[in-house]
Formats: sequence, C-alpha cells, structure tokens
Amino acid sequence: MADLQEFTLRVRRYDPESGEAAYYEEHTVELEPHRSVLEGILQVKADKDGSLGVRCSCRAAICGSCGCRISGKPGLACHTHLDDAAARSADGVITVEPMGNMPVIKDLIVDMDAVHWKKQARVTPWLLTAEPLPEREHIVPKEAMVDVTQSMACIQCGACVSDCLSMEVDPLFIGPAALAKAYRFVGDPRDVRHDERLENLAEDPHGLYACTHCFKCIEACPKGVAPMSQIMRLRRRASQDAGIVDRNNGERHEVTIVNHVKKWGTLNEAMMVPDSYGGKLAPAAAKELLSSLPVITRALLRGKVTPKSALIHHKLPGDGQEHVRRIYREVAEREERLELNLYVTQADDDMPLEAVTTTVEGDPTSTTNDEKAGAAS
Amino acid sequence: MPQHDVLIIGAGLAGQRAALAAAEAGATVAIMSKVHPVRSHSVAAAGGINAAINPADDWRSHAFDTIKGSDYLGDQDAIATMCEEAPAEILNLEHMGVTFHRNDTGHLDLRAFGGASMKRTAYVADITGQAILHVLYEQLMKHSQVIDRYEEWFTTSLVMGENGRCIGCVARDIRTGEMQTFAAKTTILATGGVGQAFKPTTNGLICTGDGMSLAYKIGAPLMDMEMIQYHPTTMTANGFLITEGARGEGAHLLNAAGERFMEHDAPNKMELASRDVVSRAEQKEINEGRGTGPLKDSVLLDVTVVPRNRTLEALREIVNLGRDFAGVDITRDPIPVRPGQHYTMGGVKTDVDGETPIPGLYAAGEVACVSVHGGNRLGANSLLDTLIFGRRSGTHAAQVASSIPMPEIPDSKIADDSRVIQDIIDRPKGGRRISAIKDELGTTMNQYCAVFRDEEGMTKAHEVVRRLKEEARTATIDDRGTVFNQDVLGALELDFMLDCSEAITMAALERKESRGAHSRTDYTERNDEEWLHHLTVERNGETGDEVPHLKTAPVTITEWQPMERTY
Repeated sequence: MADLQEFTLRVRRYDPESGEAAYYEEHTVELEPHRSVLEGILQVKADKDGSLGVRCSCRAAICGSCGCRISGKPGLACHTHLDDAAARSADGVITVEPMGNMPVIKDLIVDMDAVHWKKQARVTPWLLTAEPLPEREHIVPKEAMVDVTQSMACIQCGACVSDCLSMEVDPLFIGPAALAKAYRFVGDPRDVRHDERLENLAEDPHGLYACTHCFKCIEACPKGVAPMSQIMRLRRRASQDAGIVDRNNGERHEVTIVNHVKKWGTLNEAMMVPDSYGGKLAPAAAKELLSSLPVITRALLRGKVTPKSALIHHKLPGDGQEHVRRIYREVAEREERLELNLYVTQADDDMPLEAVTTTVEGDPTSTTNDEKAGAAS
Repeated sequence: MPQHDVLIIGAGLAGQRAALAAAEAGATVAIMSKVHPVRSHSVAAAGGINAAINPADDWRSHAFDTIKGSDYLGDQDAIATMCEEAPAEILNLEHMGVTFHRNDTGHLDLRAFGGASMKRTAYVADITGQAILHVLYEQLMKHSQVIDRYEEWFTTSLVMGENGRCIGCVARDIRTGEMQTFAAKTTILATGGVGQAFKPTTNGLICTGDGMSLAYKIGAPLMDMEMIQYHPTTMTANGFLITEGARGEGAHLLNAAGERFMEHDAPNKMELASRDVVSRAEQKEINEGRGTGPLKDSVLLDVTVVPRNRTLEALREIVNLGRDFAGVDITRDPIPVRPGQHYTMGGVKTDVDGETPIPGLYAAGEVACVSVHGGNRLGANSLLDTLIFGRRSGTHAAQVASSIPMPEIPDSKIADDSRVIQDIIDRPKGGRRISAIKDELGTTMNQYCAVFRDEEGMTKAHEVVRRLKEEARTATIDDRGTVFNQDVLGALELDFMLDCSEAITMAALERKESRGAHSRTDYTERNDEEWLHHLTVERNGETGDEVPHLKTAPVTITEWQPMERTY
C-alpha cells in the first residue's frame, strides 16, 4: 500500500440560495496518490463539509454521475487520479469545477436535463426496426454488434459536452454525445431508418456538419467512445451511402484536399475554392470566388499568396511526390473502408495496453509503464 | 398532487421494465428515482443475463441450477416462472435494441457462468447491465407520453390508506427541496439492495436499502435478509467488482503457491462453482495463510490464460478497471482479489406477481424477495430477476389499478415528512457525523456478517447496530439549504440502512445452520429438518423502534427435492 500524501483541492462552490456569486474554497485531504479526485471530494464531504454538492454513485467510472472539470480538463472525478490531477496543475493544487456548457445548479452539480438530455431526445434515440419483428433475434453480423458497442459504451456523463467548442459558439449544436448516440442507430443493421436519420441530421444547421473537428470530445471521453469519430462516420455514411451533399460543401472540400496532396504534395491555395465548388467554370465556384474576394485580397496584401505561387504551384522536392503517391496506392488497394473502433481490436501480443485501450493520462502505477521503462533501459 | 394508476419508485432495470409493462397494459404511469435513471446501480451489472435460449438447452435445467445454487431455499414455483419466461424476455430486449454479442452465424452468443450446467449467459461485452439499462431508458424516452418521469426525487415515506392499502408516497424534489405527495392506485418498489451497509462493497453509494426500509416501516415483512452475497472477485485495492465473466471466459484463481485451489472445493466446476462456494474457498485460503499480497489477504485472478484479443473484446471494462484503478494490466499479470459484499438476496417478501402482503404495494428486483435466489444467487440471474419480475409487477399492478378508484392523500402527510427533515436540519451540533456512523456500520457488518459467521460476532454486530440507531437520532449535518441538500438525504439513507442491518443481524443470528451464503463456524452443516424455511423480520405495522418480530415462511418445493450440493 502506498503512503498517504497531502493534496489540496480548490473547489468551485456555488449556492443558489445565498444570492452570492460562485467562489473557490480550498481543502486539504490525505489519501494515497493513486486514489481518485472523487475520493478526495468525498473525504471533504465526510469530514469537513457535508454541504458540498456532487453527484456520484459507483466510484468506478460506470454510472457517469461525477462529470467535472478537473485542473481544467473535463472528466469523471472517480476516474482521475489525485497525483495526475496535481501534476497537470501549475501550482500543484487540484482545481475542481462543474462541467461547462451546462447551467450550474449547485457546486459541482449541473443541469444536464436542460442541455445534455434535451439533445439526446433530439436524435430519435430508440431503435426503429422493420415490422413485423422476427420470431427470434435479428440475425446480424457479429462485427456489427461489436462495432456499435463502442457508442453503446457511452455512459452519458456529459464530459464531451462540457468542453465542446462548437457548442460554445452554437449552443444549439446537437453535440458530440447525442451524435454518437445517433451513430449507435445508424451503425446498427437492425435499424431501418438510416437514410432518414442521416438526412435529418444533415439538414439541421446545428447538426452533423456543425462539428469543427477539434478533438476535444475524444480527449474528454472516459469510456473511449470517441464521439468525434462517430460523427465522422455519420458523415461518411451520409455522403457515401445516403448520397447526401453536405450543406457546407465539406465533402467536396475534403476530396479537393485529397486530390491536391496526391497531385502536388501540398495544398494549392489558388485552386482550393474553384475545385471545391465544381471546377473553375462552375457557376457555384464563380459565385464563391466573388464572395471570397475580400479574403483573397487580404491574403495577397499580407503576402500569404503571391500571384506567382497562385499560378505555378510548387511540387515536393526530390522523389517526395512518389512517396506520397505510394501512400495513396496503399490505401486505395484496401477493399474495406478503414474504421477506427476500440472494440474491434486486432492487437498483437506484444502491443502495449495503451495502444489497444483508452488510457487515463500518465498513470504512474501502471505496470505497462514499468514495462516501457524496462524496454527503454 | 400528481395522480397515477401505477407509481414506480426506483428506475433501474426492474423499475424501468415495470414502467414499460404497466404502460403497455394501459395504465398511467409515474416512475420516480432519487438519481437519473441511467445512474441506477443496474448499470454496473457486467457479465450477462441467463436464459435457456439455446435450442439444446431447457429452462428446467436453468431452474434446477438456480435451485441448487440457492441451496434449496429458493421457491421453486417462482424460479420455474423466471426460467421459463427468460428466453422470451431476452428476445424482447433484443427487439428493443440491446446490442447483444453475436456468434459466427449472427445468432445470440452465450458465455459460461458460475453454477450453470451449460453456456446460457447472453451478454454485451462486459457492460451488459449498462447496455440494457440505456436501451430501456431509450424506451422510456420513446413512451414519454404515457410514462411521467420524476428524476432526482427522493421518496421519504410510503402512505397507507384507511382501507389498509398502500396509496402512494411522499417525496422530495432534490433540486428544489419541494415536498409533494404522489397518489397511486398501486405502487411498485424497485429501489435495489442495501450494499452500502457494508464496507467495502461493490455497490454504488446510492444502494442504501430505501425500499426495504420504507416497506418495513409500514409493516411489510423482509425475508431471507440473512443471505448476503459475497462476490468472489472484488479488487483488493478498492473493492471494485471484477465480473464473473472473467472466469466464464476461462480465468483461473490461484493461491500464493500458484495452486488452483478450487480443485479441492469444486473439482468439477472449479472456478465456475456457485459464488458462495468460491468465496468460501478463497476465504479459507486467506484464513489459513495461503493468501497473497503484503497482508496475505488476497488470492490471484489470472486472466492471462484467456486469449488476449478475446479479453480486449469481451472483458474490456475490467481491463480498464485493472489499469486505471489498480495499476495492473490483467492481460499480462494476475490481479489480487478477495470476496466482497455484492448482493442482498433478501428483501421485501413478494409473490410471483411482485405483490407484497400489503395490498397495493409491489416490489421487484433486488429490493424484493420472491424468493428466486434463496441462500445464494447465481451470477447473471439478477438481471433476469429484475426484468421478469419487473414486467410481471408492472402488468399485474396495472390490471389491479384498472378496477379501483384513485385514492386521495391528505396534505398532512407532506407536513409530517417536512417536519422530519426540518428536525434533522435543526439538530444542535454535538452529535456524531453521519459519515462516522455509516463508516462504523459498514466496517462492523463486513467484519461479522461476512463469508464466515458465528454467534459471538453476529451478536456484536447486532448490538452495534442497535447503538448506532440511537446515535443516528442525534447525528448532525452541515447543509441547511433546500437545493440539492444531499446531507439531509444522507441522514435519511442512514436510517434506511440501519433498519435493514437490524433485520440482517436478527435473521442471521436466528438461522442456526449453514446454508448458501450464510455459513456459520458454529453450525457448519445444512439442516433441512429444522431450517428448510424462510425467515421474515417485520414490525407488525407499528411505528417506532420496538424490536422487530421474527417469523418463518415455508419454502415452496415442487419437483426438485433437496440433495447434497457439490460442484
């Protein structure tokens, strides 16, 4: 058993009945370093101040109650080690705050109904099967069920919603958790409304294409659901399977980027807009170019683009371009669409656990870290 | 005052399944829970759910395994009902959307589990409870027109009508502190077990025996309370559960010498014997000095014998638990485990429709005692219990409700409970802290009402519980507010746990034999002649703190006569 150690928690307190603003309060707790921040909070509650509000139950990262912001990062308090939380804070004090993007009710307790659950309800969160139902179970590929188990692993803790940047600027954005939930049905072969679901999410200006791809939700998720990956999978299904042209032209933009890199190894800024809107002669491209004139002018004035570089795009030096093409050939030869899914694993025996599971950041008690150290020495 | 045909208190698997069944039967339904439904402790059930769904299997085989597992204290009519209806319930879940793992032909895959004579456990990786709970909640959202949800409402008491029926409850909106009465023609308790009376426990902090105590206070008998399940594989580091699915997938148990000690106690089933048998074997290894770890208080669970890819796919949650909470990569190294409190076999006595002896009051799931688990529950039978008897309660309660008038609850009931809460808030400082009493309770129960028990220890536990009941009257809290005053709810929960603990120690002291999870070092044998019956603890409907009454109730035996129990 490791020795007890002192940790200081700086907890954001807010009492809606006091009429006063939120404030921070420091408490010292004594626990083993690998104990969780939740255990620290519960020690404060038990020994010093029972009025400190926090939702919690299982203490083992399965009930999803104790979502908080700890030393600036969203996560479950029960799933964050005290020593890790202290290490990532500049002064060693562990700051514990309520999650973001949701109204605070009291102390660490936020109103999830007003945001998180409302958004869940938005995506028709139940399976829509064909009628009549089969006499026994639906016969579906083993892989399909394992695949949706990744989004099924969501415990609705709200950590991804807490720090979603898109939601910060657009509070109506459906958001990472609800879109991951949507994939749970779109990826489920038993559901028969995939196209309608996708169209509905695609048409919503706060829907499928409002994600800005910032990765915050993937970092935040304690269960490896990787909400942004599920959003990207929804988009691929929308464009490739349901034939949906996305509202902000993202797919053609992506195709353009892919083609440019294949051709030149880098992006050709001058050709981005025309190519993304159907080529130089397409009316949509002309319109887009016109509306982009102020941007283009500014870019020219600041030297980001020169007339020369706009007309003659440089190529990669040496045989760089051939290397890039080889990557393209390699990927194109694969028969299946490559999907990243933590439940579909082909781990080699010598792969470390971090490579095949979701990790808690920098766990010093982990034997796999010891193994790494051993391998390095 | 909200009025509903059927009021359900507790929103785990039993409660949600009851709500759907009652709504389907045409009733107006309210489901109330002190936490958001998906936080309910059913979420932690990992390994799977049993049903004789394989065409080569037979529900009678499942029933026999369950009866044998119960050490013949389970009621055979109820067990037969549960096992016979199990396959249809699994298919119903599949149709609702549960993402059960499939085999290579695309049919439901089944895994091995303890005490079972063949593979009959359907599963979703090792998050089966979570997967089912979240799918049921999807259905609650789908049926929100007919099912009213009261999330984060704390039930403070059940209300009895003048005609001796239960007519609803009084509850506190945790977010606002507002007190409200909920009138209902029928009320279903689905509040789970009382694991928090033990420390450590695998149970969540919310498992405080609320429904058992609420029913007990209005005169319902608690049955089989002496039967407390200790799960064989809880992490020594922190008491967290490692699913029986690990042993189902082939993991071994080893003592300090590296021996598979189950060879001595269960040569046929080895690690997959019943939980009481495995926990006793482990405790014996530890007590006799063959344990591992600095305190020699553990045995080793060796998952490394399971192919790594299979572990990562089917046991991912415990891989993460080992890594995040104990610093062990279970795919590489054995992990120290020991028996830990896990499940309350006992609960509010009900019949096969979930009805308690109090008219209008039902119970389903861990709060109830049908009794399908008797002296020891088989792994993966608890999810089944919640769903089968949740559904049956919901349907029956809705049918009964269709033919009786809506009761009225007088407002004075609100005043009564508001006063109880205000009195706690107003207590003068100087008493013990709630947390200190809870801690002493948990430590005491875990020391004396654990895997092995004797007269002396249990008497001590009983005395401690009686003393703590006294101390709890003057225990003080810090929070004086109304919004999310968790402190005052903690005081009410402590009272619930103390009620349940008193019933546990009384029944345990009374049963002078060893049966199922109740294993006495002073009465080491099962004694069918004198003890093949249930024990109930009840208060005869009187309020106050008089010592409760112990009674007996017959065990229903149909076609399976008690035999010697070996694995």
